[in-house]
Amino acid sequence: MSAPLPRPAPFTPPRFNGHGVLAIYRFELARAARTLIQSLVTPVITTSLYFIVFGSAIGTRMKSVGGVPYGAFIVPGLMMLTLFTESIANASFGIFYPKFTGTIFELLSAPISPLETVLGYVGAAATKSVAIGAIILGTSSLFVPISILHPVAMVALLLLTATTFSLFGFIVGIWAKGWEQIQIIPALIMTPLTFLGGAFYSIDMLPRPWRTLSLFNPVVYLINAFRWSFYGASDVDIRISVAFTLGFLAVCSAAIAGIFRTGYRLKN
Amino acid sequence: MSPAISIQRLVKRYDSGHVALHGIDLEIQAGEIFALLGPNGAGKSTLINIVCGIVTPTEGRVLAGGRDVVREYRAARALIGLVPQELATDNYESVWATVKFSRGLYGRSPNPRFLESLLDALSLADKRDARIMTLSGGMKRRVMIAKALAHEPQILFLDEPTAGVDVELRRDMWALVRRLRDQGVTIVLTTHYIEEAEQMADRIGVIDRGSLVLVEDKRTLIDQLGERQLRLVLRRPLDAIPAGLADLGLELRERGDELVFTYDATRAIDVSALLRRLTDLSIEIADMQTRQSSLEEIFVKLVGRRS
Repeated sequence: MSAPLPRPAPFTPPRFNGHGVLAIYRFELARAARTLIQSLVTPVITTSLYFIVFGSAIGTRMKSVGGVPYGAFIVPGLMMLTLFTESIANASFGIFYPKFTGTIFELLSAPISPLETVLGYVGAAATKSVAIGAIILGTSSLFVPISILHPVAMVALLLLTATTFSLFGFIVGIWAKGWEQIQIIPALIMTPLTFLGGAFYSIDMLPRPWRTLSLFNPVVYLINAFRWSFYGASDVDIRISVAFTLGFLAVCSAAIAGIFRTGYRLKN
Repeated sequence: MSPAISIQRLVKRYDSGHVALHGIDLEIQAGEIFALLGPNGAGKSTLINIVCGIVTPTEGRVLAGGRDVVREYRAARALIGLVPQELATDNYESVWATVKFSRGLYGRSPNPRFLESLLDALSLADKRDARIMTLSGGMKRRVMIAKALAHEPQILFLDEPTAGVDVELRRDMWALVRRLRDQGVTIVLTTHYIEEAEQMADRIGVIDRGSLVLVEDKRTLIDQLGERQLRLVLRRPLDAIPAGLADLGLELRERGDELVFTYDATRAIDVSALLRRLTDLSIEIADMQTRQSSLEEIFVKLVGRRS
């Protein structure tokens, strides 16, 4: 160690730590870039499989749903399904990993606010899931003709859903004490809700009690709103969908504010 | 000029009821090397972690550069760099990426020139693009230091910097700490190696079971609490201590071959007077040695007295 040490220059931190947000954001996306194959190829393969099974094998035997060919009908649901799982997985892993390795000390001792921290992690997770959503849309368009009636609403819903579920994933990552717990929420709650949420069917196809029960499944509203932005038809009122998503966003934001205020599972 | 760190009546009580810190008061001056010494579990890391924002204090407050570490955390934390006890690194990242991340996280604009010279100074320049997982333990520790210095902090905390580190790296670390101090960086280090504190620190704080037992200049501490011994090897053994020397509390050792005189700072001794009295009694001296107690002995005495 012979080279001279550079002398530290004094510094007054700005009111908003933009460099900090960018550092987290870039760091998280760099990890996705390192695992580019898993990150991008997996959803392409999965989507293609869904189209082979549901689109070609089963879909050809099904009549169109509300005037939309079955193959095209399932595209918004597929995108939502992936958006939920990817958002939760990316955001929960992003914050759980430094807790697991111990590098979280740096985040806790840095001059960065909870809002900036969340912007970095949730922004990166949402970016990744939106990118994957776009890939699914692109892959789907190779199999079925897709029309998007309300593109602005579609993009807005995509961003809103990605952000909301990334926030939820961030909470899961802080709450989790081990890798198993990171898997539990997506597997135990999100997968059943999504499969029963009308990703592959219109809830109007269901017999009465199940149809009524489905109306209590929040995922039904999300998928229907998204499908409305494509084909203009929905089983439910999309205002309820948007209200529900915004409500869930508010609940997650409040929970995160509480986590940082109390230091829950972050600090002693 | 305000002190680098000012800790006021700091208490930490964990939810379990365990009290890790019992009202600590401490001021660390800008530009000094301060060593916090204490046995395992004494509260050293808790204290550091509160100053750095990782642990929330129960009572009291801490100022860094005059800024409250809780209410003005941005200004306070921007001044502080922390090298924690455990080697916690992002294994899959390159050295460059992780150091760049640390700088950005602390809100500073990119400065590749600064980071390059930092890696240079830490002998990490040729590892710049290496993945951290491929580095040795000693190199990883250097990376931790580079990360802590990446945002140009004025105060550096080193929690057990040389625990489990080989001799060579320990010497490097000591040299590095001195060079940092020469650049005006205030350094607070915890250690349970007393040798380390003795080698490096300007001032020493001894913490035991959550309380500061004492804070003292290292030299004063060794002078005041340390014992000195004057050992006189005699040409001819003595059977007993001569009556004429009874007032000095001498000890006869090695079957009468050695006279040992123990004294401390509170009891000034005139060595020439002692020798004159020995000569008067025709006691001839073949050799003489003085020794001073180490910080270790002082420490054991201090902590032992409390238990």
